[in-house]
Amino acid sequence: MSPLLEARDLTAAFGGRKVVDSVSLALGQGEMIVVVGPNGAGKTTLTKLLTGELAPDSGEVLIGGDRLSAIPPWQLAARRAVMAQANRLAFPFTVAEVVRIGIDGVGRALTRSGREAVIAEALEAADIGHLVARGYQMLSGGEQQRVQFARTYAQLRAGHVATDRQVLFLDEPVASLDLAHQIGLMDCAQRLAREGIGVIAVLHDLNLAATFADRILVMSAGRCHACGAPADVVTRATVRDVFGVDLCRDAAAGGLPVVLPQHRDAPPRYAPATAAAS
Amino acid sequence: MTLAVPSPAVAALFASQRRRIAIAGCAIGIGLALVAVLSLGSGAVRIAPERVVAVLAAWLTGDREVLASREALIILSIRVPRLILGALIGAALAVSGALMQGLFRNPLADPGLVGVSSGAALAAGFTIVLGDRILGTVSAQLPFILLPIGAFVGGLASTLILYAIATRHGRTSVAVMLLAGVALGAFAGALTGVLAFVSDDRQLRDLTFWSLGSLSGASWTKVWTVVPLVLPVLLAVPLLARGLNALLLGEAEAFHLGIPVQTLKRAVILMVAVAVGASVASAGVIGFVGIVVPHLLRLVFGPDHRTLLPFAALLGAGLLTGADLAARIVVAPAELPIGILTAAIGAPFFLWLLLRRDRSLDA
Repeated sequence: MSPLLEARDLTAAFGGRKVVDSVSLALGQGEMIVVVGPNGAGKTTLTKLLTGELAPDSGEVLIGGDRLSAIPPWQLAARRAVMAQANRLAFPFTVAEVVRIGIDGVGRALTRSGREAVIAEALEAADIGHLVARGYQMLSGGEQQRVQFARTYAQLRAGHVATDRQVLFLDEPVASLDLAHQIGLMDCAQRLAREGIGVIAVLHDLNLAATFADRILVMSAGRCHACGAPADVVTRATVRDVFGVDLCRDAAAGGLPVVLPQHRDAPPRYAPATAAAS
Repeated sequence: MTLAVPSPAVAALFASQRRRIAIAGCAIGIGLALVAVLSLGSGAVRIAPERVVAVLAAWLTGDREVLASREALIILSIRVPRLILGALIGAALAVSGALMQGLFRNPLADPGLVGVSSGAALAAGFTIVLGDRILGTVSAQLPFILLPIGAFVGGLASTLILYAIATRHGRTSVAVMLLAGVALGAFAGALTGVLAFVSDDRQLRDLTFWSLGSLSGASWTKVWTVVPLVLPVLLAVPLLARGLNALLLGEAEAFHLGIPVQTLKRAVILMVAVAVGASVASAGVIGFVGIVVPHLLRLVFGPDHRTLLPFAALLGAGLLTGADLAARIVVAPAELPIGILTAAIGAPFFLWLLLRRDRSLDA
């Protein structure tokens, strides 16, 4: 079966500078790929190219084997949902309304109680059931981010009626979240992946990335620096090359790497055996 | 896929919203009917409400005896067209305001405030003054036909210019939009001033009329020029509601939700230009309806366009016919140009909006 999402040689340039440079990628059913990289490495631009928000200067994106640019918008909305970086609203929508807007289009095939069920499930998935009647503008940044996640989740669920080959995009979904909700959101994304949905998430936290990703894509200066299983990609060498910082690396239970940032000048306060070895 | 049990909380929330919409809908409907009867009865000749209802009933049933009365003549050939024109223009302006606020993702956008109406009025002024000179010799009817077209083109041009100036990379700046609107309005005002300078006495009177706004020239002919322009817009507007809701989340978000964003934006700009152009062509510049009506509705229903747009049409119609009624009563037997009245009420309202603004307006 063809991959859920395939990018071939994607290149995008702004003002003569290549922000994304020949990136290729294939996302399988049920797979979660986490994109990491320093600021300005092209993570968000790559996401925009993959979601169809930007057209590449060269290369192409296929979703379920169809060229992205040839899929009409309303079909695309059933096949993929996108949670962009936190955004503000100029109008006083309630939390329930924001989530409902997520399924006004793709959920038209559902009955009213079907739509209400999808909204309720999404509110629960994002742990915002208690905020349902509150004004979105009055919420904290982290709560707003969870509402946006619920909206995206609801869109995915409503689109599920039309197709089970779906992709979920999360651009820095946990940037404003507390630790419990970071893990809760990533757990939820992983559950969706276990059901067969393909997930692409942009994250900054390498530990979170290593814990939840099936594969990690490391971006650096617009290019794919490395891509593979967390244990192979999150190494001292890669982190030093890409982020320019030294860190300790340890293999936690289950063989996942754990990284700790080190003060630039001070001697390491914590130096496990593998740190010296790698 | 199995869905969770419908959450009673979500269902109850939406049900209470629907109830509120139904109640407010009835209230606005009753208010509109009351204003209509009062408005048809007031003026130079006072007619009792029961006579108004009797004449309207006769109009429907075709009772010749009643229709031949002087009251029937006044009501049916002067006041009914005025009422219909006021209702249509009120609805058009309120809906245009709501549409522009959705398009700009900003609750302060209003066709009158950001120069769209002045653009339309300028183009209307051109057809009055220059059209009269150049085309008046060809056909006396031609300027009348060109007036709404000119107003439409003027409205469209100013909306497009405003959008191009205020929007960069899909984001609209409030400050730039308002300042650009002020500049556009001032420029249109200057050119209208030039037109006033070169026009003769009759044209000058017409020009003044456009800039103040008035329903006193209402006639069945005007009603029939406005209906084919405004009615399709009012009927088509609910189709845009879902897209505008999504657009409020952001342009990229709307695209991700399956909305053809560029088509939607073009449709909104076209509809605003048609509605405002038709209004300005038939009654001149009437300001603030587009900002007051959607704002009041949002206080009651929230910003959902599926409710906002149809109710804006109803409340806009009610408010403008009500204002017209007041304009005829306060200085009776003379009447105040309605644009003066809406500005006198709307401008303080706008200032109040600014005073109680929340962080959303600073975006």
